[in-house]
Amino acid sequence: MSSSPVALTPADEQPVPAASRRSAFLGGGARAALGLLLPLGLALGWEIAVAAGLSSGRLLPPPSRIAAALWALAASGELWMHVEATLIRVGLGFAFGASAGILAGALTATLPPLRWLVDPSLQALRAVPSLAWVPLFILWFGILETPKVALIAVGVFFPVYIGVAGAIASVDRKLVEVGRIFRLSRWALVRRILLPAVLPATLTALRTGLGLGFLFVVAAELMGASEGLGYLLLDGQQFSKPDQILAAIISFAVVGKAADAALVALTNPLVRWQDTARETL
Amino acid sequence: MLSIESLSKTYADGTRALDGIDLAVRSAEIVALIGGSGCGKTTLLRLVAGLDRPSAGRIVLDGEAITRPHPGVGLVFQEPRLLPWLDVAGNVGFGIDGLPRRERAERVAHALERVGLAEHAGRWPRELSGGQQQRVSIARAFVASPRVLLLDEPFSALDAFTRKDLHSHLLALWEEVRPTVIIVTHDVGEAVALADRAIVMRPRPGRLDDTVALPLRRPREPAAPASEAATRTILAALDRSLRPREASRAPELAGGSSF
Repeated sequence: MSSSPVALTPADEQPVPAASRRSAFLGGGARAALGLLLPLGLALGWEIAVAAGLSSGRLLPPPSRIAAALWALAASGELWMHVEATLIRVGLGFAFGASAGILAGALTATLPPLRWLVDPSLQALRAVPSLAWVPLFILWFGILETPKVALIAVGVFFPVYIGVAGAIASVDRKLVEVGRIFRLSRWALVRRILLPAVLPATLTALRTGLGLGFLFVVAAELMGASEGLGYLLLDGQQFSKPDQILAAIISFAVVGKAADAALVALTNPLVRWQDTARETL
Repeated sequence: MLSIESLSKTYADGTRALDGIDLAVRSAEIVALIGGSGCGKTTLLRLVAGLDRPSAGRIVLDGEAITRPHPGVGLVFQEPRLLPWLDVAGNVGFGIDGLPRRERAERVAHALERVGLAEHAGRWPRELSGGQQQRVSIARAFVASPRVLLLDEPFSALDAFTRKDLHSHLLALWEEVRPTVIIVTHDVGEAVALADRAIVMRPRPGRLDDTVALPLRRPREPAAPASEAATRTILAALDRSLRPREASRAPELAGGSSF
């Protein structure tokens, strides 16, 4: 943005002390360790129970067997192929769904006639459970990549559309007046007031959309795929390999969390001005 | 010279916010508009700022009619209205984006110096106190070197001590830029501390009711006898304005009451 702030004196770079003061109660490392305590404890308990012969672990394999399955998949290169296939689908679906959602949300929020025309239909479509589209998409697009990407895009579209439209509709009129007082042109008003004002809510909508993208990629891959983490799940079920199912689930968790973290890391610099309760919650 | 000529504003719901306002403000004069709530003070200010359109009458600044926000007119809102995504310097420089980078930085630095916030230039608005935020918003209006500066109860949300501090900051900036100032307030002490002339308004419909000249030397001491006498005069005028009356007199006829 061309209105980038002008640094005047070097003595100004004082970070906000609030966050660090609060977390001094429990250091960042200690907090992370606390969060790991429960899953690690449960895993260890189950491992011991199976090792002691209290359970066969046939339906719920102990962590060591899951780790072995995961390791075998990773070592053979199979895991990366599946992860890559899943990520490409989510990436494409997210890109299409999010761009369409941002465009539709921005247009309907700023042009009332368009909103009256389009929004009721979109809201009606939103009420359709996205999975209900699966048979139709298969009929239309076949069984290869297109119906999968389309399903994910539909899933991503709605939260982004709702989020962006809502964000634009709730921009503070008082800040818009500041722009008017300084006689900003229409375009400058959009660039210097509206865009930064809707950015936080838009990013939240994108995160929700990405989460739904991962939800729908599983559905899409379960409906027939020869690769992808969802395929790994289905394969594990058909050949009774619970360790493979759990390995796939863990991979989903890791990949989904990593994608979300990447999105947050990429976009956080844009909204670091925000005065939110994030630090206190 | 800012002149307001038989200005009226009726809102869409039929509310007559202002009716037949006539007012001439000399260059570099400070006028305080004072009155109870609902007497159209803010409406009048928004019309002069060009944010709203009058139903009748017109506003002329140095021979030029104001129909929309004008480069010569600055406005400080009741709330600071800082843009939370810009740091303090970015907020102050918001209205002079068209200037070369160098000049912009210099003017921003100077204005921040003037309101005593030079060391806070890199901070976010949320890190400032209410009084500091309002100082930033005053600096933002001043860097654009307005010929007319409008202030809409800018200090009403602040405590008395902070308010006094801000009065001196405002006067310091005024001394330097010498704009015409119209300040809306419901605080009689504030009018006496700042203004050359206090105009009392009366409600339903909003009209100018009475004018009290305040030819006191600055800096003014609120406890001085002259200030106290002026305060009493304005309070009495305010009291009269709230009493029902047949028709309002024009301020020129009523005006001139001194103390």
